[in-house]
Amino acid sequence: MRITVTVDGTSYTDDVEPRTLLVHYLRERLGKVGTVVGCDTSNCGACTVHLDGHSVKSCSVLAVQADGSEVTTIEGLARDGQLHPVQQAFHDNHALQCGFCTPGMIMQSIDLLADNPDPDEHAVREGLEGNLCRCTGYQNIVKAVRDAAHHMRPGAGPEAERVAGADTGSRTASSVGGGGE
Amino acid sequence: MIPAPFDYVAPSTVDDAVRALADAGEDAKVLAGGQSLLPVLRVRLAAPTKIIDLGKIAELRGVREEGDHLVIGSMTTHYDVQRDSLIAEHAALLARATDTVADPQVRHRGTFGGSIAHADPAGDLLAPALALDCEMVIQGMDGRRTVAAADFFEDFFTTSLAPDEILVEVRVPKHTGWPAHYEKFNRVAQAWSMVAVAATVRTDGDTIAEARVALTNMSAVPVRARGVEEALVGQPATAEAIRAAAEHAAEGTNPTVDANADVEYRQHLARVLTGRAISAAMAG
Amino acid sequence: MTATIEPEVGKGRLRKEDERLITGRTRWTDNLTLPGLVHLAVLRSTVAHAKIVSIDTSAAKEMPGVLAVYTGDDLDPEGKIGMPCAWPVTPDMKSPRRPVLAQGTVNFAGEGVAVVVARSAGEAQDALAEIDVEYEDLPVVLGLENALAEGAPLVHEELGTNRNALWVFDSGEAGSGGNVEQAISDAEVVVKRRFRQQRLVPAFMEPRACMVDPTAAQLTMWSATQIPHILKTMSALTLGLPEHKVRVIAPDVGGGFGGKIAVLPEEIMCLLVAQKLGKPVKWTESRSETMVAAHHGRDQIQDLTIAANRDGTVTGLKVELLADMGAYLGLVGPGVPILGAFMFNAIYKIPAYHFACTNVFTNTTLTDAYRGAGRPEATFAIERMMDELAAELGMDPMELREKNWIKHEEFPYTTVSTLTYDSGNYEAATQKAMELFGYEALRQEQRERRERNDPVQLGIGISTFTEMCGLAPSRVLGSLDYGAGGWEHAAIRMLPTGKVEVITGASAHGQGHETAWSQIVADQLGVPFEDVEVLHGDTQSSHKGLDTYGSRSLAVGGIAVVKAAEKVIDKARKVAAHMMECSEDDLEFSGGKFTVKGTDRSTGIGDIALAVFAAHDLPEGVEPTLDSEAVYDPENFSFPHGTHLCATEVDTETGRVRIRSYVCVDDVGKVVNPIIVEGQMHGGLAQGIAQALYEEAVYDESGTLTSGTFADYLLPSAADLPSFTTDRTETPSTTNPLGVKGVGEAGTIASTPAVVNAVVDAVRHFGVNDIEMPLSPMRVWQAIRTGEKAAGGPGAEAGGGLGSIDAAHGGAQ
Repeated sequence: MRITVTVDGTSYTDDVEPRTLLVHYLRERLGKVGTVVGCDTSNCGACTVHLDGHSVKSCSVLAVQADGSEVTTIEGLARDGQLHPVQQAFHDNHALQCGFCTPGMIMQSIDLLADNPDPDEHAVREGLEGNLCRCTGYQNIVKAVRDAAHHMRPGAGPEAERVAGADTGSRTASSVGGGGE
Repeated sequence: MIPAPFDYVAPSTVDDAVRALADAGEDAKVLAGGQSLLPVLRVRLAAPTKIIDLGKIAELRGVREEGDHLVIGSMTTHYDVQRDSLIAEHAALLARATDTVADPQVRHRGTFGGSIAHADPAGDLLAPALALDCEMVIQGMDGRRTVAAADFFEDFFTTSLAPDEILVEVRVPKHTGWPAHYEKFNRVAQAWSMVAVAATVRTDGDTIAEARVALTNMSAVPVRARGVEEALVGQPATAEAIRAAAEHAAEGTNPTVDANADVEYRQHLARVLTGRAISAAMAG
Repeated sequence: MTATIEPEVGKGRLRKEDERLITGRTRWTDNLTLPGLVHLAVLRSTVAHAKIVSIDTSAAKEMPGVLAVYTGDDLDPEGKIGMPCAWPVTPDMKSPRRPVLAQGTVNFAGEGVAVVVARSAGEAQDALAEIDVEYEDLPVVLGLENALAEGAPLVHEELGTNRNALWVFDSGEAGSGGNVEQAISDAEVVVKRRFRQQRLVPAFMEPRACMVDPTAAQLTMWSATQIPHILKTMSALTLGLPEHKVRVIAPDVGGGFGGKIAVLPEEIMCLLVAQKLGKPVKWTESRSETMVAAHHGRDQIQDLTIAANRDGTVTGLKVELLADMGAYLGLVGPGVPILGAFMFNAIYKIPAYHFACTNVFTNTTLTDAYRGAGRPEATFAIERMMDELAAELGMDPMELREKNWIKHEEFPYTTVSTLTYDSGNYEAATQKAMELFGYEALRQEQRERRERNDPVQLGIGISTFTEMCGLAPSRVLGSLDYGAGGWEHAAIRMLPTGKVEVITGASAHGQGHETAWSQIVADQLGVPFEDVEVLHGDTQSSHKGLDTYGSRSLAVGGIAVVKAAEKVIDKARKVAAHMMECSEDDLEFSGGKFTVKGTDRSTGIGDIALAVFAAHDLPEGVEPTLDSEAVYDPENFSFPHGTHLCATEVDTETGRVRIRSYVCVDDVGKVVNPIIVEGQMHGGLAQGIAQALYEEAVYDESGTLTSGTFADYLLPSAADLPSFTTDRTETPSTTNPLGVKGVGEAGTIASTPAVVNAVVDAVRHFGVNDIEMPLSPMRVWQAIRTGEKAAGGPGAEAGGGLGSIDAAHGGAQ
């Protein structure tokens, strides 16, 4: 089947087998290997990307289902060498060790901040319940997300624009992740 | 892992979907949000030859009012159910249960109708649908029919849907302003419900006027806790009355046994959690 | 040349590793590809024990995209290849051959039976379904005591027994202490307990993967491994390959926790198939494969007897273990429980000690190292025993510990198990932890809750632990019959521009070596942190090493880096003296500069590096290089310790446990990077807590792993864990120049008993004196209700899964 998908701002048209999972399309066809596969039961969340502005597990979406959609991956976050505030916060707070879960964690963290720009610890933990990490014990991840929230508050600087609109509750594809205008 | 090969269609109307399903025969699967189906395909516990994706059918999404009912399109996502103002007002129990379904990513893709049609006994939307006396609107080649929730769930993963039928919408009698709570008990956040209790009540002054209580994973199908409901009606809204009523929670249940819980423990949990669900609902 | 003023060691440097990891520019093995790459998929046995009657691969060979299908007999017709075990713990240890793919019989569900090679991973998987294997069932051996029972069926008929080895240490015989039977018979108080260490899955997040390229001059293997150097040597030995023709690369590796200390049949399979076909091949496992085929951890039954006087003085400890090896021996599997032998006496002065461990074969996935490897089991058992003894004596459990532990002025202290602890201060760590925890206030609340019969009861759990890490002095490993040494290698290359390349034999997979090693070298050479590049994980650039496990990287590998840097400075000193026309003795080195004492004349290390590169004017007999290498063999283990305190709330109506607060004060010696150390603690705690409360690999009676996916094997998410309060005391190790001890396993080792002690403490007044791990709500509830030790669950069916019951039923939508 022929599909057209915009990934990290670039439009791609490809023929894919219907059984191709979105994550395999990203990795094997487009070379977007920043998004990884950690399990086969949709538990680990390592493959999380944004599909039309919402986080999804790209192992549980067929590539054909993404036809006509916009996808943002971990590789589409940084702009002009400038890290997304959530990426920066993960670094600043030592929120990763082996880093395998990190792309999914960052993508889900951005999503949760779009829904709740000022989450307390409980809200962060609940918002990341679909992502497993075996290295960090989550404490620094929680810290990083709250730190990012602080930096992304309105008026916190130009990076904050990339999740603007979250405070009004109106989300659009371009309001999350910085990926898909 | 990668699913076994299959053909794929994504019709844009329900009529086309029903026709495609009828044409495809036994080995077809309907794809709603795919959050249960795709993992099953990946580990190759199922290998349908044809997938009929309902994702492009706009008419299956959304919530509307029809007199004293809400009508929820089967492809309405969990995320939208959680945030829908009509559901918040008229069927809060559905929103509270949906809050507990899986995780945020899954709630973005997973659908209300998909969960109900999947009929996993540990699924979190079956008991609320039963408690609220929802009606399932089903379409097949012979047109539409409506089945009460009490008749819809037949066994583990089995409903009254015929192989060539699709669940198109769910009609929910309005329970306007009824406070609600869904008390879910699982071992880790990602795990399925060991037992859960859906409860919503209407009070009249200090008296419980009506109550709707149903249990998740206490039998092959969701169980309406009629004994609890009857014991509550007309009682003062006190902890003692709730506790006494909750003692009826395990009546008529037939839970499975697994490493997490035996029958006795599940029935005990049903009683404890029922009391907590009702109290939490009444606390608002 | 900018000299660093403030020491780098001790600074909370943010990690150099992060940039690629947070932007997705990673090199996981599965990300890599090569021209003409073909893919492997392994058919795995669905039965636990059976004769293979026949394997028909003909239909699979006809499937689209399939290049070849091989069975064990195809790859190894003579049946000579066996996966290596490097730790024959006793001379008479029984060691069955573990073939690359099952030959003749399958011995656990998940064992490879055939391998498909195809142009795509999908096509390889499709073909698996077309392989027809006929099995003839053999009796399945499950459970340690069943396996040892008279007349029990055998996992390996040819061995004549399911007993792998019996390993014994006795302080009376060793002369390090008294006779334990005497101590027990003389004791005023004797407490006996049986504990079960459930089977665990290491659950690194990156599934294992391997790619082999046979088309280059060397046979090159990329693998998601913790041990590229050992893997290279073992591959050569296993297949008879010339070692110099093998190169192993561990690129970015997504966690290991011991689970990637292995020489995999799949790695050997990749080597064989790549050479057969002359094409690059790749194998990447699915998580479902990881669960059944990658080695598991723990799985012991522990019988302990502790003897004491009424005043609380411990007089003897007897430990009898049964340890499940699974169906075969892993690389270090038989030695894992033996590592615990030295740690049951823990921080206590125990005058008589006996340890005996029987390793046992069963028809299950093999067990091997998992974070802590032997030491968590020992720490759990002794810390649980101390609480049980305290309860028996009516003493406060901390007071009992204090009465028996080694006082800070008693170091160095040689224990009853013959190790010499170099340093420690249990009093200081404990005092700090008690203050942070608010011990007395929580005890008060506990009393109040008990008095008012609160449905939520509070419990306090203590774990005062030590561990041996920095594996290991080679002579000690030799005395334990381990097949290799415990040294580590480092090299430093001084580049002409003054930049520095550091080569380490440690192989990081998330620990942060690139950052920490840069800090060490920056201090040693006086160069900026940013000017140091750390190279590891490729046997071509990092040619010598013994890799990363056992909290050894800093305490062994980090010291090798220091030693190499010292050699660089020694070489540079000669050149500096020549350049400044002075005697070497007149020079002092500081902040990256050699200064002539009492003058302002100086030369920077960078200038010297350039001068050496040019080599125009070097002193007589001096080689034109500053590059240096060192191999460091530690003289002793290091012994981190700490006091962990856990408060749990137990909902007595449901049995649910909630961790109310967790405080730990650890002493890991000198700290190179406090941020990394804290991160290691957090992650370690999470894994130890998960053993206490959540995780268990469960087999049903047919030998099928019922917790075979992440939907059934319960890993905690962020929503399931609390925030931890971590702090440190700092008692430097006296046996290495940095004073460091190691931190990789401490949290895991210490936390499990703290949690279980807390839960038992919360419900002890119901008559409970133990609850089997994991402390599921049902087990806790049953323990409360029956007032006795709770048994396991009623069924072996895991709850959960893809569908909560059986996903195969499928749903309509």
